Amino acid sequence: MTERYVVAIDQGTTSTRCIVFDRRGQLVSLAQQEHKQYFPKPGWVEHDAAEIWRNVERLAPLALRRAGITLDQVSAVGIANQRETTVVWDRRTGAPVGRALVWQDTRTDSLVHRLLEAPGAAEVQERAALPLATYFSGPRLRWMLDHTPGLQERAERGEILFGTMETWLIWNLTGGLHVTDVTNASRTNLLDVRTLDWSPESLDFFGIPRAMLPEVRPSVSVLGTAKEAFPGVRIGAALGDQQAALFGQTCFTPGEAKCTYGTGSFLLLNTGADLIRSDNGLLSTVAYQIEGEPAQFALEGSIAITGSLVQWFRDQLELITTAPEIETLARTVSDNGGCYIVPAFSGLYAPHWRSEARGVIVGLTSYITKGHLARAVLEATAWQTREVVDAMNANSGLTLKTLKVDGGMTADNLLMQYVADVLDVPVVRPLAAETVSLGAAYAAGLAVGHWPDLEDLRRNWHRAAQWLPAMDPGLRASEYGNWRRAVERTFDWIQPA
Amino acid sequence: MPGTVQSIERAAAILRMLAGGPGRLGLGEIARSLDLAKGTVHGILRTLQHVGFVEQDRVSGHYQLGAALLHLGTSYLDINDLRSRSINWADPLAARSGEAVRIGTVLQGRVLVVHHVFRPDDTFQTLDIGALLPLHATALGKVLLAYRAARPGASLDRFTHRTVVGARELAADLDRVREAGWATDIEEYTVGEAAVAAPIRGYGGLVVGAIGISGLVERICDNRYRPHPRLVGYVRDAARAVSRDLGAARH
Ligand SMILES: Nc1ncnc2c1ncn2[C@@H]1O[C@H](COP(=O)(O)OP(=O)(O)OP(=O)(O)O)[C@@H](O)[C@H]1O
Ligand SMILES: [Mg+2]
Repeated sequence: MTERYVVAIDQGTTSTRCIVFDRRGQLVSLAQQEHKQYFPKPGWVEHDAAEIWRNVERLAPLALRRAGITLDQVSAVGIANQRETTVVWDRRTGAPVGRALVWQDTRTDSLVHRLLEAPGAAEVQERAALPLATYFSGPRLRWMLDHTPGLQERAERGEILFGTMETWLIWNLTGGLHVTDVTNASRTNLLDVRTLDWSPESLDFFGIPRAMLPEVRPSVSVLGTAKEAFPGVRIGAALGDQQAALFGQTCFTPGEAKCTYGTGSFLLLNTGADLIRSDNGLLSTVAYQIEGEPAQFALEGSIAITGSLVQWFRDQLELITTAPEIETLARTVSDNGGCYIVPAFSGLYAPHWRSEARGVIVGLTSYITKGHLARAVLEATAWQTREVVDAMNANSGLTLKTLKVDGGMTADNLLMQYVADVLDVPVVRPLAAETVSLGAAYAAGLAVGHWPDLEDLRRNWHRAAQWLPAMDPGLRASEYGNWRRAVERTFDWIQPA
Repeated sequence: MPGTVQSIERAAAILRMLAGGPGRLGLGEIARSLDLAKGTVHGILRTLQHVGFVEQDRVSGHYQLGAALLHLGTSYLDINDLRSRSINWADPLAARSGEAVRIGTVLQGRVLVVHHVFRPDDTFQTLDIGALLPLHATALGKVLLAYRAARPGASLDRFTHRTVVGARELAADLDRVREAGWATDIEEYTVGEAAVAAPIRGYGGLVVGAIGISGLVERICDNRYRPHPRLVGYVRDAARAVSRDLGAARH
């Protein structure tokens, strides 16, 4: 019998990956392509959805070729995607209308302020179990309808479709199927978390025509069969990338948590079939739903800027030429020299949610070298993790005993040690750095019977590395104090116009 | 001059120009001075840029000598870069072989462990990134020696009764490594343990590191005290996958 495989498409913020996994969940081949980031104004971030689809078309055969396998050996395709990024396209031609508005984009700031004042705002937030914020796609879609002449009318007539990235990809893969999954839908402000379907009242509130919305499906279910890129292969799953990572880390039991360190970093704690509402800056979100079963929920601590701070250090300051060199530079000094960087580039997300905050570098003296700055860059990621872990512990009543991590930044040994140091718990990396893709593959393989059940997947999880806390408690406390004072200095920077 | 390669001569001329000039030079300027077509010069500059010998200013598009030229004697690949770029291939190697994986480069006459993946059995293990190992007594070290990424030290310390301590004997061992394309250490560093390693190559085939597995000798070796061919295959596949990602062409 020839071996069979599952392929994942990980459509991320900076790049798209296509990864082939074997029966044991090990990576067999990988093809990856970055796409262009458009920053037309401060706070604006856009992608070209057509470019992203072209990349998927190119990467699919490449990944199979590198694995040395053919299409008939692929059991299923699973999709994980950057969340909340908003795409609008023409139903007839399939051409995107304008660029996709990316999750880091803050242009809806004043729109969101107005919406928060409008009657019904409290109910919208209650139904979606989400705050109204620039982070989510509902306000972005409203903004596009407001700023593209004639778009509202065309949308009413059913000529225009909305989707997050997985919807856009599935539409292109299948030649016209218009669906989303519950995890992505739970990030729009438009979903009713009790029915797991679009809320007619919330659509009214935003003035968004129902006709442009995709159908909401469970995350783990056969969504359709591909005609393009993987012709004939079933699409077995779609999940937001962070939910996919939770799945890839096999955090299937309430109380299990992971943190993924990529462009931003996201700590998700499985809360089981109960949706837990947060009163200290965490988000309630759908973790996944297997077809025919109740949805599982998670509490999420979202950090907007972590890996992208390293990228900023590389591309804008040009102090390093590759991201991993940040560690080399940071190791030229033994501490931060009193310098702290708070990367509130898109305001601050969890647990502060301050859209008017902007980044600061504090503690500068003539003593500070680029080595200290590099340390401060890495430490910012660790302290931001500490803040969301504290919120998580307070909120869930559980105390995190170890942190499971994944994502590109986990290759940074100095950073992972520092995360363990400031959290004062062991940090563990599983034997699969590309956990987002793995989760999408697991979910898709589960849907088509490639893997029998969650227990089978759990057996694939193994510890690949572990960092144990080794920091003096006094130092930890004083550094955390300094970090908090630095964070306060980012507040109230952008003044209302 | 039979046997000279024209494009290398031209590359050398370009580097001399950039080194001698007062600052950055434009493509047109370089082409005119050397009396070459712009397309030819551009191709050479792009190759030199790829290997880090030339850098291009993002704003003006002008060229200057690259930082890599200043560090010709040291390793051109940052060790943290090497870890980042091999992590996706080291994990499957550990999963398939069931053994711990390490990646090493050379630091001051020893093997520097730059990446370590635990043996995937969920027992307690400690990360030893940053540890230094002897070159002549480890599979990783022998790979680095065999491909001239390192030179053997003056005195070859003995760790077990099987450690190769004679210079002639070691040279013969390294010949075999080059011929086979992989190295072993069977109870040469620690009694009861064995290891297999293969070279990681960068552009042009240059060996920049070694990747290997290590574990109990009865798991790594068969009853003739030879490493299982299956394990050797996994190690070499992983080494090739990392090399391909680093830009080594055919290896
Ligand atoms: N060794 C390192 N040290 C610090 N940061 C690193 C290191 N290697 C990569 N990064 C950072 O990690 C990020 C890449 O990680 P990863 O590949 O997981 O993200 P991603 O999946 O591409 O993100 P997205 O899905 O949002 O596009 C980059 O922002 C990069 O700057
Ligand atoms: Mg990602």
